[in-house]
Amino acid sequence: MGGRVLLIEDEPNIIEAIRFILSRDGWAVDVHSDGATAIDAVARRSPDVIILDVMLPNRSGYDILADLRAAEGTRDLPVLMLTARGQKQDREMAERYGASRFMTKPFSNSDVLTSVRELVGS
Amino acid sequence: MLTFNLLVAVCAAYVGFLFLVAFAAEKRARRGRAAWLRSPLVYTLALSIYCTGWTFYGAVGYAARSGLEFVTIYLGPTVIMIAWWALLRKLVRIGRTQRVTSIADLVSSRYGKSTALGVLVTLLCIVGTTPYIALQLQSVTLAFAVFSPTEAVDMNGTALWVALGLALFTIVFGTRNLDVNERHHGVVIAIAVEAVVKIVALVAVGAFVVWSVAGGTGDILRMIEASPIAEYRVQPERWVTLTFLAGAAFLCLPRMFHVLVVENSDERHLATAAWAFPLYLLLISLFVIPIAVAGLAVMPEGANPDLFVLTVPLEFDREGLAMLSFLGGFSSATSMVIVAAIALSTMVSNHIVLPIWLSAGQGGATVSGDVRNVVLLARRMSIAVVLGLGYLYYRFSGGGEALAAMGLIAFVGVAQILPALIGGIFWRGATRIGAGLGVSIGFAVWIYTLFLPSFGVGDVLSAATFEAGPYGLALLRPQALFGLDGMDPLVHAVFWSLALNTGAFVLGSLLSFPHPLERLQGATFVNIYRYSDSARGWGRSFVEAEDLLVMAQRIIGPMEAQALFVSVAAEQGKEGYLPDVTPEFLERLERELSGSVGAATAHAMLGQITGGVTVSVEDLMRVADETAQMMEYSSQLEAKSEELQRTARQLREANAKLTTLSIQKDAFLSQISHELRTPMTSIRAFSEILMDGDQMNRADRRKYSTIIHDETLRLTRLLDDLLDLSVLENGQVTLNEAPATVGAVLDRALAAIESRAEPGSLKIRRERAREDLPIYTDADRLAQVFINIVSNAQKYCDAEAPELRIAVQEIGGSVAVDFIDNGSGIPKASQALIFEKFARLTDQRAAGGAGLGLAICREIMLRLGGSVDYLPGQGGAAFRVTLPRAEAMAAQ
Repeated sequence: MGGRVLLIEDEPNIIEAIRFILSRDGWAVDVHSDGATAIDAVARRSPDVIILDVMLPNRSGYDILADLRAAEGTRDLPVLMLTARGQKQDREMAERYGASRFMTKPFSNSDVLTSVRELVGS
Repeated sequence: MLTFNLLVAVCAAYVGFLFLVAFAAEKRARRGRAAWLRSPLVYTLALSIYCTGWTFYGAVGYAARSGLEFVTIYLGPTVIMIAWWALLRKLVRIGRTQRVTSIADLVSSRYGKSTALGVLVTLLCIVGTTPYIALQLQSVTLAFAVFSPTEAVDMNGTALWVALGLALFTIVFGTRNLDVNERHHGVVIAIAVEAVVKIVALVAVGAFVVWSVAGGTGDILRMIEASPIAEYRVQPERWVTLTFLAGAAFLCLPRMFHVLVVENSDERHLATAAWAFPLYLLLISLFVIPIAVAGLAVMPEGANPDLFVLTVPLEFDREGLAMLSFLGGFSSATSMVIVAAIALSTMVSNHIVLPIWLSAGQGGATVSGDVRNVVLLARRMSIAVVLGLGYLYYRFSGGGEALAAMGLIAFVGVAQILPALIGGIFWRGATRIGAGLGVSIGFAVWIYTLFLPSFGVGDVLSAATFEAGPYGLALLRPQALFGLDGMDPLVHAVFWSLALNTGAFVLGSLLSFPHPLERLQGATFVNIYRYSDSARGWGRSFVEAEDLLVMAQRIIGPMEAQALFVSVAAEQGKEGYLPDVTPEFLERLERELSGSVGAATAHAMLGQITGGVTVSVEDLMRVADETAQMMEYSSQLEAKSEELQRTARQLREANAKLTTLSIQKDAFLSQISHELRTPMTSIRAFSEILMDGDQMNRADRRKYSTIIHDETLRLTRLLDDLLDLSVLENGQVTLNEAPATVGAVLDRALAAIESRAEPGSLKIRRERAREDLPIYTDADRLAQVFINIVSNAQKYCDAEAPELRIAVQEIGGSVAVDFIDNGSGIPKASQALIFEKFARLTDQRAAGGAGLGLAICREIMLRLGGSVDYLPGQGGAAFRVTLPRAEAMAAQ
């Protein structure tokens, strides 16, 4: 398949794991760890899909998502939302802010892979 | 020669004539044709009862003995009438609007309807008036004696008959009916007639003396110049005192107050009296000096100058003139006695008899008819008692000089009411206590310094008392009180009695607190014009049904009021909204209004608007009571609603607290969830990678296994911290406290760090100077705090060559351990946050902690009785751990 994935996440071990899983499947994975500059990173990398963590240093994932949905070029960009606070209202928040898909940590590797594939394929 | 019998017959005829006049006046008054009976002229003439038998006969004697001093007796009232007209008007207004029946009533009413004050003033008036009545009896009997030099006149018998006759007249005309205003038309017209008789008599005698005895005005003036009268020198202090005294008596004498205030039917009469009465006084005093001079010239040595008015005409055989003069004197005496008896009997029955009768338990159940009878009986008996007292006083004082001086002495007695009276109508601050004190003290001083000494040395007061004071107390000599020696006894008594009276009155008023009723009465009396602006009198104002409708609409609502008025109008056979204002309608309206605003208020409102009903003090008090009840009720409601509001507020606060707690709990759980899931995510992801990674090289396999291992440790640490914090926060921690030194604990902490982690780049520099400070603490827990702080420095210090300085010092009995690194420190905005749970500031990945370290440190230090704080302004990040110093250990 192949395509560009931008992973916005700050936990080193999780970055390592996701990078490994997606690279093995042929995806080019870019990583960005700071919430404040995430939008710039999206503009610079122009990814096919974004994996976005909620709890980021300096800026919340929801705010980043809201900005992406408000901007012309990224309105329809597929975003896979990840959160470690797997509560009901987090899922609702993600849907309200316009996440394409929502997953709670810990996740299954195959689910991540399937989700990314489906998001880019659609 | 006039015989005694003829004289008696003339007197009887004169009294009969007075009866007829009084009777006719009463009859006309009952028919409502009494307009002329109540003219300003009659009012002015009635005021002339000021000039009694004592004035009629005695003024001439006074002039013969003391020259012009007698003028002061007329000067006092003249000054009051002309200069203090406003005072009189106020008194009259108060008397009319408050339905005052006597001076005792006015004083009692002003001071909150005080029974005690009423009794006090009544007693004072009785004591002051009784000798005065005796004096009148004496003047009449002396006059009888003059006409019968040859016959042995039974003086006491004459006095008794006169007293009985006067009692009869007074009872008949003074207590014919119970008028609410205590006005007596018959009596007033009779004394007006007597006033004419006495002035005609005195002027006639005077004219006879000037133009018949002497040779005209020029001649009499020369005689006056030559007589000893011209040689009398005026004594200024006596003049001032006597003028003042006469003025005070004019206001305070019961009979004067009665005629001046109680019998006044129209305030405007006062305006006429203000010039007419002084004129009357001028006329009556005009011939006093000529008669005295002529008497001294023509009468034999030793003749009583008090009787010159009679004896001079008799000397010239002018029997008709003498008879007229006798009738003049008789008129003066009788009119005074009659009015004094009426005034006193009103006081006695109202302030002494009735209160006793009512408190004896008779009052409550009886109908009003019985009360009327009781009052009338009390009046009649009081009149008899008052005249009886006068007669007895006359009998036992034996007449003579002592009695003659009694007029002025009585003046001083009743003048004691003056401060309470004047103060009461001009000073709102005057109180019952003050008035009571003033009158009592003045009364007592008067009795001691003037009344008792008047009986003469050795009679009531012994000579020793006069000379050296009672029991040898020189300060209390009755005629030189407090060492004030060498004064005229009368001036002395006036000075002390009124000075002490006024002083006690003012002081007592200032120091006491008035009752509500007293306060209300005070305001009413002092501001009487505001409370009653009608000089036109009641009844003349005409109330319009429309005014009543306007008021009723405001109170019971427009619909209801209109319905009421229409139905009443219909009952009266009228169409429309406005019925005739009949008493029945007013009564019904009052009932309707009472339902809304209370009976008292309704009554007061109707009274105000119709002007036909006086709003009495009781009405106002009831209004005040009702209002107070309403206010109390509404304040209870207010208190209730306040209580409810308070409860609601407490509930809201509790709810907010619970909400906050709930939010905090949610946030905490959310945090924990995040902290647990993050390592678990890594563990799961790498486990899955390892599980399906057959072709994975050895290095990767090792790497991923290590990550799983580290994340497992991280999870364990997190769980340890959470449990630790939970135990600390619940206060369930057991401390093993023991003596230690800061240095020893630091050694333990640093050793633990070194053994646990790889030797980091952080260089630790200890300042060991005070590390031996003794502490008494749980060394394990304190070491845990130190480890936390040092490892934070290891993780977060961002300097090129990270260095941590540890300094121990003693600050005010506490031990302070400072940990200061050389990094960039913690931003000011975050300093307050760092001790909160999960408050990691920088990228946590590098640190690997759960963010509970400092929260745990804070809890531990709290348990150890110390604290851990961020120390700003030290360059790098700086923490200070404070501990109590162990004093006991320091001694070892």
